Amino acid sequence: MDGVHDMGGMHGFGKVEPEADEPVFHAYWEARCLALNRAMGAIGAWTIDEGRSGIERLASDVYLASSYYGKWALRLENMTIERGLAGADEIAAGHALRPAKPLKRKLTVTDVPRTLTRGSFFRQAPAPARFKAGDRVRTKNIHPATHTRLPRYARGHVGTVEAIRGCHVFPDSVAIGAGENPQWLYTVLFDGRELWGDNTDPTLKVSIEAFEPYLEAT
Amino acid sequence: MAHEDDHDDHHKHGSEMSEMQLRVRALETVLAEKGYIDPAALDVMIEAYETRIGPHNGARVVARAWADPAFKRALLEDATKAAQSLGLIDRVGDHLIAVENSPTLHNMIVCTLCSCYPWEVLGLPPVWYKSAPYRSRAVSDPRGVLTDFGLTLPSDTQIRVWDSTAETRFVVVPMRPAGADGWSEEKLAALVTRDCMIGTGLPKNPREVA
Repeated sequence: MDGVHDMGGMHGFGKVEPEADEPVFHAYWEARCLALNRAMGAIGAWTIDEGRSGIERLASDVYLASSYYGKWALRLENMTIERGLAGADEIAAGHALRPAKPLKRKLTVTDVPRTLTRGSFFRQAPAPARFKAGDRVRTKNIHPATHTRLPRYARGHVGTVEAIRGCHVFPDSVAIGAGENPQWLYTVLFDGRELWGDNTDPTLKVSIEAFEPYLEAT
Repeated sequence: MAHEDDHDDHHKHGSEMSEMQLRVRALETVLAEKGYIDPAALDVMIEAYETRIGPHNGARVVARAWADPAFKRALLEDATKAAQSLGLIDRVGDHLIAVENSPTLHNMIVCTLCSCYPWEVLGLPPVWYKSAPYRSRAVSDPRGVLTDFGLTLPSDTQIRVWDSTAETRFVVVPMRPAGADGWSEEKLAALVTRDCMIGTGLPKNPREVA
């Protein structure tokens, strides 16, 4: 979706402000919020792509005004309710008022090491890769109203396939509940001037990780 | 470590913090009472992020690459496998990719869409990495972003920005600084900052550490 989360190239957000000796968490609720989100992912309440989509579907003013973990908390609340795992009334009450909807598994202490390793997104390829390293490709001009990983700034531009990264779960499908629909993933490299115009720093090159359905031959 | 009674950033975040504290606590209580999660498991997870998983792991990977050319080749070939061989954390997930700086090329990592970051080797991303200023400008004005970090590169150095738009994760292998000849791997690791592995900084000057 063409939301405010898709920030590449936007103006007006000001300077980057690195914080010296930044702590891992700035408040205890951030740590709990991160762990809760990871835990719900680990028990299969939703996939990483559905989770990202949950953040992107926050209202744009809420997205921009909320801190990072603030957005995670809102996503957790919204998706818990959406999936019928708890009611808004229960969250407001701060206690379970009804029996749980059965889930595949519960997250226990012994499961934690598993949650600390990222899952593999490699999948069996349904067909040979359409492109190879060195191929010139054009990204499609698509504007799905649902989750996609093709950023706006890189749509409709010509680049070069630099590497094939294997066949992966396709986020655009998973996020709408349409299954993993595995697709070849490529690193596609663009000249900075192709993306941003002739006045751009000639030394700039930008790459995206592009799924095959985002690309067409030139 | 963060504790429930920490109020150090009360002034900065003010009402959001107290409101969020209550909301997150309510969610945790409901999800625990429903039997989906065990709060003790969350404690273990948080402890891992605060102690075991962090940029010190990435620093060891880079230091080994500086000290051992065969390891560097293996790292650039398959970073998941090479990083795994050091045994720093339980298991390194698939899709980790190491990219090397050279005198003519400087790499920078970003996720313009969310906050994708090689957390198995760098830990959780800093706030600035997830912020709108970084995500918006890294792909269009990386030299400007580097200026915000106090870093100016030669004008003919090629800048390569990697936008982490899939599950592949990138980590920068910076150039080994001069003046650290014969240093042990452990000492070399002390030169490797988190930011130099994201590409928004350079390794420390050996004189600062020696």
